[in-house]
Amino acid sequence: MIRVLLPYHLRTLAQVDGEIQLDVPEPVTLAAVLNALESRHPELRGTIRSHEQRQRRAFIRFFACKEDLSNEPPDVQLPPPVVAGREPLLIVGAIAGG
Amino acid sequence: MSTIRVLAGTRKGAFILTADAARRKWKVDGPFFAGWEIYHLKGSPTAPNRIYASQSSGWFGQIIQRSDDGGKTWHPPGSSPAELKSPEGFPRGESNKFVYAGRPGTHKWYDGTQHPWEFKRIWHLEPALDNPDVVYAGAEDAALFKSIDGGATWQELPALRQAKGHLWQPGAGGMAVHTILLDPVNVGRMFVAISAAGVFRSDDDGSTWRPANRGLKSPHTLPDPDAEVGHCVHRIAMHRSRPEVLFMQKHWDVMRSDDAGDNWREISGNLPTDFGFPIDVHAHEPRTVYVVPIKSDSEHFPPDGALRVYRSRTGGDNWEALTNGLPQQNCYVNVLREAMCVDTLDPCGIYFGTTGGQVYASADGGDSWNCIVHDLPAVLSVEVQSVS
Repeated sequence: MIRVLLPYHLRTLAQVDGEIQLDVPEPVTLAAVLNALESRHPELRGTIRSHEQRQRRAFIRFFACKEDLSNEPPDVQLPPPVVAGREPLLIVGAIAGG
Repeated sequence: MSTIRVLAGTRKGAFILTADAARRKWKVDGPFFAGWEIYHLKGSPTAPNRIYASQSSGWFGQIIQRSDDGGKTWHPPGSSPAELKSPEGFPRGESNKFVYAGRPGTHKWYDGTQHPWEFKRIWHLEPALDNPDVVYAGAEDAALFKSIDGGATWQELPALRQAKGHLWQPGAGGMAVHTILLDPVNVGRMFVAISAAGVFRSDDDGSTWRPANRGLKSPHTLPDPDAEVGHCVHRIAMHRSRPEVLFMQKHWDVMRSDDAGDNWREISGNLPTDFGFPIDVHAHEPRTVYVVPIKSDSEHFPPDGALRVYRSRTGGDNWEALTNGLPQQNCYVNVLREAMCVDTLDPCGIYFGTTGGQVYASADGGDSWNCIVHDLPAVLSVEVQSVS
């Protein structure tokens, strides 16, 4: 199972508490996890990446195993601890204010 | 006995204020969608418990929410278990999908060059007058969308942007369809207002559009006195019994049209300043109009720090200050374009919200005012429903 942790506002929107666990077939890429997430929670479509181009929204970041994956290509495979379910994929609202 | 329900959208969530017809004691519920910007909420005229809300965030984009029980519970339309699957078995989740039709094209940018249309958010939701499943949405960048399935899916009415859209230019607040007026008498006629493009009218349910800005003067930004588009219209309003008469609060100037937008004339008269954002019409007196003068576009607060609603009982030109119950010193809030409305009771109730988080109400047509809630986040929009 792939573990995904959403930011607070998206947990509220999706009406979930804590982590989401997703069954994602190999290869476990960033895009595959996001596809599975949006299939489980269609209300999240458009909130993490754009509807048409599937591009990450500007103030969304992806982290796993203390690495910033935000600018990795969507077909990059996630780190083995994420694939094994030992570490979550963190979807984070960027610290952006001012 | 009617219940009055005020729907307030704020920078950090939605609030619902309810009272009985006396409109003295108010109950405050919320925040709904805490932490999100709620640009607008509006209920269906034919099914008042059907309420649509525009929820947005700089981080997560646009969400459309819908309530079918008067605001007690909400859900993104199209996300109930029965709706989640398309006939092909794939999840839909398209209630927040606003895509410009065809090639989006370009509009005028701040520096005069052309710039691609980019969807940012929904400013205004206007449920149809006769069908709770039909709702229009006014978008930034300026475009009009329509849903015929209760907000589950949206399609653009692209002819609007063909009305000289390449000449539309954003103002300081962006470029958005912020006002949608549906004509209750002339079937198929509707108006939209766009900052900073002007007023546009359709007589065929949005299939074709034409600018309706003759008579507007914007000499500082539009040297051409006959410019068809490019006017910074802040708000337009009509009375349902006289839909050919339109009232307008422009960036500067309060205006009126007696021929459904074909021609406009200034009615600012004795207002202390003709800058402002909202304008609305009394529910039972079609010649009685309300505005909230704001000092200037450089100083977005009331003149002299005194919050005054101005009322004209003559369709403009002659205005009286309404001050009873409103702060008359040290008040430096703004009242935004979506943040004033009227109810349908008699005497007519008038409501407005401020960027300081107050919502004021008058149960006597503006003669006296009460602050019915204060210290909310900045109020972006106020709508009211009379629910039997």
